[in-house]
Amino acid sequence: MTEILKRNKALSVSPLKASQTIGAALAFLGFHRAIPMLHGSQGCTAFGKVFFVRHFREPIPLQTTAMDQVTTVMGSEESVVEGLKTIAGKNQPSLLGVPTTGLSETQGSDVRMAVKMFRQKYPEFDAIPVVPVSTPDYSGCLETGFARAVEAIIKTVVPAAEDAGTRPGRRRRQVNILVGSSLTPGDLEELKEIVEAFGLRPVVIPDLSDSLDGHLGEGDFSPLTIGGAPVSELSTLGDAAASLVIGASLNKAADLLRELTGVPDYRFDHLMGLEAVDQFINLLHQISAEPVPAKLERQRAQLQDAMLDTHFMLGMGRFALAADPDLLHGFTHMLAGVGAETVAAVSPVNAPVLQRAASEQVKIGDLEDLERLAEAKGAELLIANSHGVESAGRLGIPILRAGFPQYDTLGGYQKTWIGYRGTRQTLFDLANIMLTLEKGEIHPYRSMLAQKPEYREVAHEPDETAAAGGLQH
Amino acid sequence: MKQKDIAALLDEPACAHNKKSKSGCAKPKPGATAGGCAFDGAQIALLPIADVAHIVHGSIACAGSSWDNRGTRSSGSRLFRIGMTTDLTEQDVIMGRGEKRLFHSIKQAIDNYQPAAVFVYNTCVPALIGDDLEAVCKAAESRWGTPVVPVDAAGFYGTKNLGNRIAGEAMVKYVCGTREPDPLPGAAQASGHRIHDVTLVGEYNIAGELWHVLPLLDELGLRVLCTLSGDARYREVQTMHRSEVNMMVCSKAMINVARKLQDAFGTPWFEGSFYGVRDVSQALRDFARLIDDEDLSARTEALIAREEAKIDGALGPWRERLRGKRVLLYTGGVKSWSVIAALQDLGMEVVATGTKKSTEEDKARIRELMGQDAVMLEEGNPRALIDLVRERGVDVLIAGGRNMYTALKARIPFLDINQEREFGYAGYAGMVELARQLVLTIESPVWQQVREPAPWTGHNPVGCKQTQGAGR
Repeated sequence: MTEILKRNKALSVSPLKASQTIGAALAFLGFHRAIPMLHGSQGCTAFGKVFFVRHFREPIPLQTTAMDQVTTVMGSEESVVEGLKTIAGKNQPSLLGVPTTGLSETQGSDVRMAVKMFRQKYPEFDAIPVVPVSTPDYSGCLETGFARAVEAIIKTVVPAAEDAGTRPGRRRRQVNILVGSSLTPGDLEELKEIVEAFGLRPVVIPDLSDSLDGHLGEGDFSPLTIGGAPVSELSTLGDAAASLVIGASLNKAADLLRELTGVPDYRFDHLMGLEAVDQFINLLHQISAEPVPAKLERQRAQLQDAMLDTHFMLGMGRFALAADPDLLHGFTHMLAGVGAETVAAVSPVNAPVLQRAASEQVKIGDLEDLERLAEAKGAELLIANSHGVESAGRLGIPILRAGFPQYDTLGGYQKTWIGYRGTRQTLFDLANIMLTLEKGEIHPYRSMLAQKPEYREVAHEPDETAAAGGLQH
Repeated sequence: MKQKDIAALLDEPACAHNKKSKSGCAKPKPGATAGGCAFDGAQIALLPIADVAHIVHGSIACAGSSWDNRGTRSSGSRLFRIGMTTDLTEQDVIMGRGEKRLFHSIKQAIDNYQPAAVFVYNTCVPALIGDDLEAVCKAAESRWGTPVVPVDAAGFYGTKNLGNRIAGEAMVKYVCGTREPDPLPGAAQASGHRIHDVTLVGEYNIAGELWHVLPLLDELGLRVLCTLSGDARYREVQTMHRSEVNMMVCSKAMINVARKLQDAFGTPWFEGSFYGVRDVSQALRDFARLIDDEDLSARTEALIAREEAKIDGALGPWRERLRGKRVLLYTGGVKSWSVIAALQDLGMEVVATGTKKSTEEDKARIRELMGQDAVMLEEGNPRALIDLVRERGVDVLIAGGRNMYTALKARIPFLDINQEREFGYAGYAGMVELARQLVLTIESPVWQQVREPAPWTGHNPVGCKQTQGAGR
């Protein structure tokens, strides 16, 4: 079992954590015609917006209840009602999310009551689902906020089987797929393609690959999300043949969905590396009663070949990882699969899945902790978000960007980590970075006794050669 | 921060917004609000002070989504690029351990990073549970000897603009006047002419653009004691009180700093801009005028004549390509007039401009530049901007980065003018960069390609109807 080292210092330096609140906002952005309205000060939304705009390079619909001094002291429920009414009246969204912030939670704002007040006062908006979710930023991280929002959406919008008359398996080809925040839009595209290859119909909840995949749409502007899982699909989840759950962070959401609908579920911590993908494909094979498509067989063989080719560079490689729990856990296993070692692992918060990570220890902390661990353990390559670039620079090692946020390169959101193809490309990328390290490169030795004329001028300046030699290693 | 302190900050006699009502900025509307909070404003105003440990006291959202997020550059220390936060947990909030954690955090920052000073930014949660920021900072300073400055700017106090002022107030109250300027280096005295001390307030050195201007000031013998706050050091901020003239750089945000320095030390100030040839020259003239040194005035005129001739030659080919192109400018209003002048310099036509944060005085200036029937946008929601672009046949939208992807989705050429941008447009040299970037986007072949329908469909995506020159 992996040893978990707790946070043991007062100041968090170079924070790795992004807040629960924006994690919840992200989950809402995976639905069609949706908009999250953060219940807090306007800065909570402004920062979150910039965070996602820079990561996805897309316009991000995000609103705020704009708490000020008066509402902070006197009560902010009215602001929630007014905000909901303003958005519902102006934009007619299909889904309105209300994640709370540290400010509104500390104040003790009762969002459920505010939503009830809104329902009583404005019955004309009854058709628009409003989902409040408690996501103070003083606990959890982006991953837990995302998961909490998925839980809240299921709880609020998915009807119980007995009420709606849904029956597991009525839609024989439908599989529900609950996905966590560790999956990128690129991952979700890959996931859907794999499932469709078995003749199944995937319903991805939430579906960022349809909303934030970076496509140039037909329209010129929308105040709401364009694309994403249709909210109407939520009432069909109960008719599906099975639910697949990707990411341990979604365990509670999966429990809720199963309780409500009775649809059997199958859970995967991650889909990185041959072993995990094999299990997933095998399950699809069983659910669909279809043979594994030749295309996937081929991809599997390609991955195996890539594992052989890259193990020379990656085997015994020493990796430092910093990411939210699900992604961190997945990476440790992918690396272990090719004989690489995770020597330094840092997660912003603790989670049960970390105890199963393929690494001796996981430190709960920030990028400063990571730098110290990586330094002490002699890490050769860092996997972290864009903030890790400075850390990698200080450590003098290269970085592969993963997780949130990635603002200094393009297309990070589209990177595919999962499946046979995603794993294969990731292994290639990592191996190529390792090659740049010139491990095992033997630097020229110039013998003083050699009869080579070009050495002579060097021999005249013995001090300088010594200094140059010293700098090299 | 007490209600009356906030009211006092909102009531800024030097700000023209003040003449309408006592509170300078309108109340935000739930569900229809954009823009940052007071904490955002305070952090943005001070973060460029490079050798300071900037600690955000609060739960993670405030620092977590915003650290190392600016295009501001430093010529030396990189400490300001390391994010620091007390990252309060639920237990800290419930048990009231925030102050204790902050106290230890300050020690940790001082021990590990030896900062010139520590700035502590308050945020919503600790403000609400009543952490006494000022007391903790005072105790920490006396215990460890490093200056610790409280910046009490929780988000719910108000808007980003208020945050700017709180930040400026903190500098005037705790930092300015705590040290005398260094003696002039020998080389400077040898140059023959008198050296004058000045400061630049509200200049953030975005993308290093201050470095386009500094060589000119050096040549004129103007020593910049401090910029608040681009590429600044703590020890420079300490000496601001000895400045002979303060320049407010294109922004009303820290106008309280200029006014308070005038009240306390009698330093005259003027408002100017480093965008556009006309404005750069004007700013240099204003320094000379207020310092009232004949020799300086003469040298300033000579330098302006030389630089303007040089830049005129460099801009020539760009002017050819930009002449008559139509611009929609949406900067939120602060720097509108300054940028309008710069664009007109390039022969472009500014068809409309945002004035959300502009004062009456700014607006008068805009009318002067654009004519009486200038279109002024009070509310810059994306829909309105796009419609205006279509109606007026606009060739390029110039706005903040947050609007960038909105413009691109509507297939509109775009130039980023805000703090996240990667190019510096200030000074004479910056104008060439501005022209180059404008041409780069307006003449790009991509516009044609994204507007063309796929060959197998007859139908046009939105935005194709535009027939203006972009994309040729």
